[in-house]
Amino acid sequence: MALTADIDPRVLRLDFPILARVGDRPPLVYLDSAATSQKPTAVLDAMDRYYVETNANVHRGVYQLAEEATARFEAARDSVARLVDAPREGTIFTKNATEAINLVAWAWGVRNLAPGDVIMVTEMEHHSGIVPWQIVAEITGARVVFAPITSDGELELDWITHTLRTEPVRMVSVVHVSNALGTINPVAEIARRAHEYDALVLVDGSQSVPHMPVRFSELGADFLAFTGHKMLGPTGIGVLVGRPEILDGMSPFLGGGEMISDVRTDGSDWAELPWKFEAGTPPIAEAVGLGVAADYLRDIGLGAVRAHERALVSYAFGALAEIDGLRIYGPQDPDRRGAPISFSLPDLHPHDIAQLVDRERVCIRAGHHCAKPLMRTLGVSATARASGYIYNDASDIDALVHALHAARSFMGS
Amino acid sequence: MAGLDDLYQQLILDHYRRPRHCGVLDHPTIAVDQHNPLCGDELHVTLRIDDDRVTEVAHTGDGCSISQASASMMSDAIVGHTTDEVLAMIEHFRRVMHREVAADEDQLGDAIALEGVAKYPVRIKCALLSWMALKDGLLTHMVNQQEGR
Ligand SMILES: Cc1ncc(COP(=O)(O)O)c(C=O)c1O
Repeated sequence: MALTADIDPRVLRLDFPILARVGDRPPLVYLDSAATSQKPTAVLDAMDRYYVETNANVHRGVYQLAEEATARFEAARDSVARLVDAPREGTIFTKNATEAINLVAWAWGVRNLAPGDVIMVTEMEHHSGIVPWQIVAEITGARVVFAPITSDGELELDWITHTLRTEPVRMVSVVHVSNALGTINPVAEIARRAHEYDALVLVDGSQSVPHMPVRFSELGADFLAFTGHKMLGPTGIGVLVGRPEILDGMSPFLGGGEMISDVRTDGSDWAELPWKFEAGTPPIAEAVGLGVAADYLRDIGLGAVRAHERALVSYAFGALAEIDGLRIYGPQDPDRRGAPISFSLPDLHPHDIAQLVDRERVCIRAGHHCAKPLMRTLGVSATARASGYIYNDASDIDALVHALHAARSFMGS
Repeated sequence: MAGLDDLYQQLILDHYRRPRHCGVLDHPTIAVDQHNPLCGDELHVTLRIDDDRVTEVAHTGDGCSISQASASMMSDAIVGHTTDEVLAMIEHFRRVMHREVAADEDQLGDAIALEGVAKYPVRIKCALLSWMALKDGLLTHMVNQQEGR
């Protein structure tokens, strides 16, 4: 049953061979797309075809084959830039979102932060939005402060404004959609306020770019990081989008081949954007795969994806409410949250929940979701998390609810 | 039920529902905290040692069924044994979890039921949590003894 007019998961599922693995009885109910999404045949084929038809190193050979490889690689960049409405010269391929954030922390942070400067992150940040800044703070003498969250799992905007006004905040690094709470943060508003006080803004779009329209041109942020494997693409490729005028003023992150225009014994000159930040042979097939994933998402339409997931979350809230004592963390209003649903049961540890629902072939995540500061704020050591995507529908939620009942009766609680 | 019966054996569920030696000892010889960075589980183990023998043990914490049951089974198994014997039991249990040896009931008592956990790599850490806490505590205790503290 389709939840919205534009997306029918039963049809889309046909594009995802893993969801119909031979021998899976009952079939796989994959509800862990916040950890990584499944990949459509179009992406897998494109990567295969790249190796079968055009494999050569990029930006190097003068022969035809190498030009074809370069063309496919750069076309992938165009597809990704188009998806998030970003300038192509500001669209940099990295290994993943983590490396994208590290790039900014090292290439901008280490060179621009001074003792006493403040880096603002949030209590709901993924570790990849915290640890790079802690490392850079240690090197530069800057300080990391954590914007607190309300009991509903939303950021306290007043705290953010107050801190921007009273402290020398140079960087605000904020997650767009929390992987652990589902909260959609008002990043455009935060960027507007941060810019009033001359702070730069990095948005971690790992959980937003795959799931809703995100236009870099309208976000107002200086940097946007996201990761290929959560948006139908392969692992090993991520993206940093940056405002070209800021990237221009930054020194490189990693040094090596590809990223130079000249290397002499007395020093080197950097390549132009975006290649200045892409040292060494890039993950070419992965970029090609990500480009096709971006096109696939554009074809479906991210507005449609968002509408579908909102309906799915709404349905899940209703269905999960039937389970005694089940608590859902984060905003309770489906308009204010993305796809991930973190929950707990009073009588079952999240580990046991995830292990037991797997008996019914339901895949959900249990743990701290790489957000330990958040877990401490919530006062829990772990939660269970179900996160849907375009290939999930109400029947998957029903399967989860059924599996949760079965888990309870199995444990005899 | 298929598949997970190894992991969730009746004996394990029984220790999980009715953990033995729960709590904190008043004047312990050894007190250790251990946590599992992967899942955030936390465990506090206290024990009394008299004449080099474990006479009392208690555990408390927050964890999944496997880590809770394991702490309970371990506590049952070690009471009355010398510190060297306990260290040997810990090593045996560790090797069982890594599928290096078959479990020996004489050494492990009820904890032999945890043998099936070895098939679930992510859960091995849960089963090992209390045993590693105990090992930490015992080794520190032995060093302190040697230094006459
Ligand atoms: C919000 C958020 N940021 C960053 C990351 C890190 O992504 P990656 O491990 O691909 O770098 C994740 C993924 O777990 C995430 O959910």
